[in-house]
Amino acid sequence: MKNLKHIYALIILSIVFTSCSNDDDNSSTTLPAVVNEEEVITTLNVRLEPVGGGTVITLQTRDLDGDGPNPPAVTVSGNLQNGITYNGSIELLNETVDPADDITVEVEEEADEHQFFFTTGNNLDVTTTYENFDNNGNNLGTEFSLTANTISTGTLTFTLRHEPTKPNTGLADAGGETDISATFNLEIQ
Amino acid sequence: MPRFCALLLLLFCNTIVYSQTCTNTFTGTVIDLHDNSLLAGATVILAGSETAVQTDINGEFTFNNLCNSTYSFQVSHPFCATKGYTVLIDGDTNKTFKLEHHLEELNQVIIEGNAFASKTQTSNEQTLNTKDLEAFSSGSFGDALNSLSGVSTLSTGNVIVKPVVNGLHSSRVLIINNGVRMEDQEWGSEHAPNVDINSSGRVTLIKGANALQFGGDAVGGVIVTEASKIPVKDTLYGKTLSTLSSNGRGGVISSKLTKSFESGWFTSLQGTFKKYGDFESPDYILSNTGILERNFSVNAGLNRFDYGFDVYYSLFKNEIGILRASHLGGAQDQVRAIQSNEPLIINDFTYDINSPKQDVTHHLFRAKAFKKFTNLGKLSLQYDYQFNNRLEFDVRRGDDKDNASLDLDLKTHTIKLDFESSSIPDFNIKAGISGRHQNNFANPDTGVRRLIPDYDAYNLGVYGTGSYNLNSKWLIDAGVRFDYTYMDVFKYYRQSLWESRGYDILFPELVIQTVGNQILVNPELHFNNMSATVGTLYEFNEDYNASFNYALASRAPNPSELFSEGLHHSASRIELGDLRFTSEISQKIGLNFSKTKGIFRYTINPFLNHIKDFIVIEPTGVQQTVRGSFQVWEYRQARAQLLGLDLDATLDLSDKWQFKHQFSLVKGYDLTREDALINMPPVNTQNAITYTNSKIKNLKLELQSDYNFRQNEFPNTNFDVFVAETQTSEKVDVSTPPAAYHLLNFKSSIDFNIKNNSIITVGLGVDNLFNTSYRNYLNRLRYYADDLGRNFLLNLKINY
Repeated sequence: MKNLKHIYALIILSIVFTSCSNDDDNSSTTLPAVVNEEEVITTLNVRLEPVGGGTVITLQTRDLDGDGPNPPAVTVSGNLQNGITYNGSIELLNETVDPADDITVEVEEEADEHQFFFTTGNNLDVTTTYENFDNNGNNLGTEFSLTANTISTGTLTFTLRHEPTKPNTGLADAGGETDISATFNLEIQ
Repeated sequence: MPRFCALLLLLFCNTIVYSQTCTNTFTGTVIDLHDNSLLAGATVILAGSETAVQTDINGEFTFNNLCNSTYSFQVSHPFCATKGYTVLIDGDTNKTFKLEHHLEELNQVIIEGNAFASKTQTSNEQTLNTKDLEAFSSGSFGDALNSLSGVSTLSTGNVIVKPVVNGLHSSRVLIINNGVRMEDQEWGSEHAPNVDINSSGRVTLIKGANALQFGGDAVGGVIVTEASKIPVKDTLYGKTLSTLSSNGRGGVISSKLTKSFESGWFTSLQGTFKKYGDFESPDYILSNTGILERNFSVNAGLNRFDYGFDVYYSLFKNEIGILRASHLGGAQDQVRAIQSNEPLIINDFTYDINSPKQDVTHHLFRAKAFKKFTNLGKLSLQYDYQFNNRLEFDVRRGDDKDNASLDLDLKTHTIKLDFESSSIPDFNIKAGISGRHQNNFANPDTGVRRLIPDYDAYNLGVYGTGSYNLNSKWLIDAGVRFDYTYMDVFKYYRQSLWESRGYDILFPELVIQTVGNQILVNPELHFNNMSATVGTLYEFNEDYNASFNYALASRAPNPSELFSEGLHHSASRIELGDLRFTSEISQKIGLNFSKTKGIFRYTINPFLNHIKDFIVIEPTGVQQTVRGSFQVWEYRQARAQLLGLDLDATLDLSDKWQFKHQFSLVKGYDLTREDALINMPPVNTQNAITYTNSKIKNLKLELQSDYNFRQNEFPNTNFDVFVAETQTSEKVDVSTPPAAYHLLNFKSSIDFNIKNNSIITVGLGVDNLFNTSYRNYLNRLRYYADDLGRNFLLNLKINY
C-alpha cells in the first residue's frame, strides 16, 4: 500500500504541474508574435520611359495577401506608341511590411541566380533587349529596353526564374523555379 | 558454511526425533509469481536429508513424517532460478512456494511469441519479430511494416516513409514506441515516424482501433514496438548489425549491449548511425536525397516478479535531403516537371544534404513502475515526456538562405495509470486513466508564416476492456474508452482568408487583435470522443479459428486539418484547413479466418470501414498569385467507406523449401461525392520462395516478388494552367496514377559460429534485381522522378 501512496502523490504532483503551465500559457503577455513574410513578393512595378522623353508607362501587379485568396490587381497606365523605344526597369516589393521591402536589391545582389524573361503573346509586336547582366555577363533583365514596333494588341509576360540554367536561350531551357509570373494586356497605337 | 548449518540442523532434528513423535505432513504448491500458474516438475529438496520430491501436474508436493521444527527447503525448476526457503513446521503445514519463472524467457527459441503478450484478442494482429526487423536494419520503419499484408507506404522520396494501414495513415495510425504514444507531428504526410527500427525487438500491427489502452482514435490501426525482453539472470550480451548498400553509397551500423543481474537489475544501451549520399534511379542520380541519421537509447531498471520499475531515454536525430527537382515555383513549373521524363535538376553524386531538407530531433523519456498484488492484478504507472523539433529548409533567397522555413517545437507530457486484473479465472480485465498535455511552439524567426499555430492541448482518457473465455472454444472481448480533448490555440489568419471563409461572421468573438493584414484569433476547441470494441473468437479445433470484431473509433481533427492556411512549398500547393471540423467517427468490421497449423497455413481477413466526417484533402481550384498560379487543396469532411481484403498464406513444400504469399486490396469510396477516394493504395501482392538448410551453416536463400497493380480508381483532379512561354493552356496531370510494376528482390544469409558462443551472420542481398524503372502512386515525388534502381546490400551481424 506504501507504493499506492507514492502513486497518488505522483498524480497529484503532475496535475499541479500541468495546472501551473496552463496558467502561464494563458496569460496575455505571451501572445505569439506576428510573422511577416520576409521573402514574399507582393508587387511587381515596371516602369517604361520613352527614350527622348514622353509619357512614362507603368505596369503593376499587386497581391497584398500573398498566397491568400485574393487575386493580384493588375494595372496598365496607358498604351505604347508605335516606333518608340522605352527604357524599362523592374521593381519588386514586399508590401506586407511597412516600410515596404525592396526585393529588387536582393535579386540584383544574387544576379547569377536570377533572370527575368519577357514573353509576348497574341500578336503584340514588341522587341525586348537585356540591359543589365550578372558578373558572368549573362542576362539579368531588371533593366531592359523595349521597342514598340507596329500597331497591335496582345500580352507581355514577365517571368522571374530563381536558379535558372545560365546562359540559356529562353524560358524553354532555363529551368529553375518561377518566382514571378505576371501577364499584362498591352496595346500599341 | 550453509552445508555445516544444515548438518547441525539435521543433528538437532535427529535429537528431537527421539524426544517426540514426528508425524506431521508438509504439503505445498509451487507456482509462478508472474501469473500464478502452477509449476509441474519442480524439485523440492529437504536440506540435510537429501530427500527430494517432484511437484505433480497441479504443482503440488508432500513430505511426510516431519517434526515440529524449522526445516530448510530448496526449490528448483528447469526454467526458474533456484530458491531456498526456511519453513517452521507446527502440526500439518501447507505452504506455497513462488518461483521466478523468468529463465524460460531467456531462451529465445522457446519463447518466441510468448514473451510478449498479445495486444488484443479478437482483432487481426500481425507481428514482425527481431529477425524480420533485422532484415530492414538499413531501411525505415515504414519499409519494415510494408512487408505485412494490409500495409502499404505513403512516401516522399525513399527515406520519408509512412505506414498506411488498410488505406489510412498519419493521425489515423497510432505508433506506440516502447509504451509511449508517439507525438512527433505525425499529422503531416511528409513526416516520417521518428522511430529507430534497430531499437525494436518486436513490432505488432493491429488493424483497427482495438487496442483501446493506447487510444481510441486509431481509425486506421495501431503499431506497437517493444524492445527485446531482458532476462533475469547474470549475463552480458550484445549485438552489432551493419549494412552496406551500393545505392546511396552508404550504410548503417547499429549496436546494442545489455547487462542484467539475477537480482532483477538491468541496463541496456543502443545506438545507430546511418549515412547515405544521393540515391539513384536506374537512369539518373536523384539529387539531394541523402540522409544522416543518429539514434541513441538507454534503458535501466529493476524487474522483480511482483514489482519493478525502469527508465528509458532515446534520442532520434534525422537529417533528410528532399529531391531538389521537387521544389517548384507554381503550376507552370509543375507542368514542366511532370511533362519531363527526367528530374529537371540532376547533379553529380554527393553526400552533401542541401535545401530542401528536413532536420528532425526527437527526445523521448519514459519512467515506468509496476506492482503486482496477489489475487488482484498488476498496477502500472507511467510518465513520459517527448520533445520533437522539426526544421524544414526550403530553397530561399537573400539573408534567409540558411534559415529554416519551418521550426516547430512540440512538447508532450503524458501520465497514465493502468490496472490489469487476474483475479477471476478466464476473465481478464484492463482499465486505466491517462492525462496528456501538449504544447506546440512555432518559432516566428523563420520569416515564414506559421504552418501550424501555437497551441496547448489537454487530453484526458479513461478506458476499460475485458475478455472472457466462455469455454475452450469461445472467447469474447469488449472495451470502451472516452477521451476529452481541449485545444487552446493562438493563430494569425490572413484577413482576406478569415473573411472569404465567412469566419468574420461566424466567429467574431475569437478575434484578439489585428496586425497589418493579419488577424490574431484564439479558438478554444473541445472534443468528446467515445470509442468501443466488441469481438469474439471461435476455435473450431487445433487448426482452425475464426474471429469477428467491431470497432468504433473517434478521432479529433489534428492541427493541420484545422489550421492549415497557405502555401506548402514542399508540395507546391496551397493548403486550407477548416476551423469548424468535428471529430471523425469510424465503424470498422473485421473478419478473420485462420488455419494455424499444418504444412499449409493461411489467414483471410476481409474488412469494412465506414467513416463519418472523414477528413480528406483534395484539390478544389487554382489560385493566382504574383508567383503564378497554384493549385488549392482544401480539407473537407465526407462520408467515406473503405472495403478490403488481406490474405496471408504459407506453404511448406519440404523441410527446406517454403512458399509465402501475401495479397492486399483496399477500395475507398467517397459516399458524399460518389467518387473514388484520393490516394488509396493500389492492389499489391508479394510472393516469396525460401530455401533454408540448417546443415549448411543455416544457409538461407530467398527470392521475393513484389507486384503493384495500377490504381484504376481515383478522382480526376487535373487542372489547366496558362503557360506564357508557349502561349498555350496546358493540363496539369496530378491525378493519373503511374503504371503497374513488378520488382524482384534476392536475399541470402549464412551463419558462422565463432568462439565464446558468438555467431556471425553474413548476408548478401539485391533489391530491384532487374533495375526496373518504376513510380509508386503513393510516393509524393512520383511526378518528378523514378523510384530506386538496383541496390546491392551486404549485411553483417554479430551476436555476442
